[in-house]
Amino acid sequence: MNILVCISRVPDTATKVVIGSDGNSIDSQGVKFIVNPYDELAIEEGLRLREKNGGVVTAVTIGTDKSTDVLRTALAMGVDKVILVKGEENPDSFYVAENLAAVAKDENPDLILLGRQSVDFDSLQIPSALGEILGMPSISVVSKLTIEDGKVTAERDIEGGCEIVEASLPCIISAQKGLNEPRYPKLPDIMKSRSKPIDQRDAAAAASRTSIIGMEIPLKQRAGKILTDSDDDINELVRMLHEDAKVI
Amino acid sequence: MKNILVYLEAQGDGLKRISYEVISAARSIAGDSARIYGVLVAGNSGQAENVGEYGLTDVIVANHILLERYSSTAVAATIFQAAESVGADCLLFPANAAGLELEPRLAVKLSAGYVADCTGLSADDGIIATKPVYAGKAQVKTKVETDKCVFSLRPNVFTATKADSPVSTNFTEMVPELTDNDVSVVVTSVDKNEGTLDVLEADMVVSGGRGVKSAENFNLIESLAEVLGGAVGASRAVVDAGWRPHSEQVGQTGKTVSPTLYVACGISGAIQHMAGMSTSKVIVAINKDKDAPIFKVADYGIVGDLFEVLPKLTDRIREVK
Ligand SMILES: Cc1cc2nc3c(=O)[nH]c(=O)nc-3n(C[C@H](O)[C@H](O)[C@H](O)COP(=O)(O)OP(=O)(O)OC[C@H]3O[C@@H](n4cnc5c(N)ncnc54)[C@H](O)[C@@H]3O)c2cc1C
Ligand SMILES: Nc1ncnc2c1ncn2[C@@H]1O[C@H](COP(=O)(O)O)[C@@H](O)[C@H]1O
Repeated sequence: MNILVCISRVPDTATKVVIGSDGNSIDSQGVKFIVNPYDELAIEEGLRLREKNGGVVTAVTIGTDKSTDVLRTALAMGVDKVILVKGEENPDSFYVAENLAAVAKDENPDLILLGRQSVDFDSLQIPSALGEILGMPSISVVSKLTIEDGKVTAERDIEGGCEIVEASLPCIISAQKGLNEPRYPKLPDIMKSRSKPIDQRDAAAAASRTSIIGMEIPLKQRAGKILTDSDDDINELVRMLHEDAKVI
Repeated sequence: MKNILVYLEAQGDGLKRISYEVISAARSIAGDSARIYGVLVAGNSGQAENVGEYGLTDVIVANHILLERYSSTAVAATIFQAAESVGADCLLFPANAAGLELEPRLAVKLSAGYVADCTGLSADDGIIATKPVYAGKAQVKTKVETDKCVFSLRPNVFTATKADSPVSTNFTEMVPELTDNDVSVVVTSVDKNEGTLDVLEADMVVSGGRGVKSAENFNLIESLAEVLGGAVGASRAVVDAGWRPHSEQVGQTGKTVSPTLYVACGISGAIQHMAGMSTSKVIVAINKDKDAPIFKVADYGIVGDLFEVLPKLTDRIREVK
């Protein structure tokens, strides 16, 4: 099976966000960047499918020279080859989707794996947008995946339960937590990944359809009333919820 | 902007609550000139009978034999045809499981700019969408540069408001042109956790963290949730320990909720947890550590032992209700 895994490079989830001087993006000074946590699930799933069915796993990212670090992580985890599509610094989702579609057309994968969302902008749109551009079925937020004889069966989380969705290959899947437990790369593999080649390509220009006009840290507007665990205070809390906040 | 199309999602005999929130948001940006249409796929007009109370004058009800089993690709094709038929240049969806698979497809079909999971929409010089980024640690205002635009709205954030006076609604039947090719994915079965309310849809959420100490102790959390008529949520620590199912996890790798009331019990308030609940309207935290970060986002905090506080709080609320 020929599997393409799309990965994005995001700030570590524990990062303190500081707005940069342009007012439209974060100050990346001192920020540690990692493989998007959901994309680790996508990589892991690709590796497991290869272990079972044979084939090739390719990881691709649309980014800049800085993105070689996440591609090396993917290599250390065990993907066969990596592609860096060099483009704009803060691309909009369509730009990413268009460029991923171009790579998919070249690589002709049976399966494209992505994360459920990229935890920077949480835009939640690339899997289905890619499906539409490529005219392929896509299933988002998948927590269990079975592929047999070209038939895809996926369990997908919905409000208040889950649903079973079927499609045939070629198909696009976005990974949700629970799909698997991603492996940690072993030290020798990390060392080996450093000397592996990275296939570099230039992004095709695609006009952005959206622009960020401002970024801000939401103001804390919470009353922040702190009480003790005395009976009086518990009664007071219930009174405030009932009379002041009017939520019960 | 001339015509707005909102996606109405059926649930049982009616519509999901988010549908009314989306209609209301459409009205808030429509101004005097734009006309609003609703589209209901594989449903019947009875399910949308009360949308007139929310000011919706036109609803397209689309049915086709190929829509009998839910297929996101076929529904997307149907919405596209509905959008073309009314000349819609703005589409609004709920940012939920169905919406997140539909909106990007519609954005591609319409060559439209698209913003997902919006918490604010305003119409001045074009539409400006506000959305949380970096797990809610920041928010961005985004302008769509294309003539057409597509947005999805986070559930429970926009208020469903009735119109000053109800309008009568025109229901138009539509049979979309679909072929087997449009049905490239299909839902073959749905497994609902019957009887339990999902954290995503609940108006009241009571969540427990590692401080609850065991799966059995969650009866305290369940009791309070029951008295409030709400759902049980959990931190990742609790889900990882196997005390609660992943479907209840709130946070960055779980669900993002915005209930009217969120009660966090024995949860420290890690940034990844707060990413999933910080837009709740009122937040109550119960924690024995007065320095727990959860108190920074709480409207009301009780510093104390949840094993003592919860039974008393539950009783007291039962009395008041
Ligand atoms: C990539 C990534 C994604 C993540 N995604 C999520 C996510 O989606 N959701 C999530 O929740 N976490 C997530 N986490 C984990 C998160 O960082 C925290 O580890 C987790 O939220 C901690 O859970 P907790 O608050 O229940 O436990 P703890 O941090 O251990 O806190 C327990 C709290 O209980 C209090 N306590 C103890 N006993 C009592 C008592 N008797 N009465 C009152 N209070 C008591 C303690 O004072 C403490 O504050 C993620 C982490 C990473 C790295
Ligand atoms: N720059 C990128 N390069 C490659 N894949 C990406 C990129 N951005 C996002 N993706 C993929 O798309 C998924 C969903 O991202 P998003 O729609 O941006 O939330 C991610 O989990 C990745 O798998």
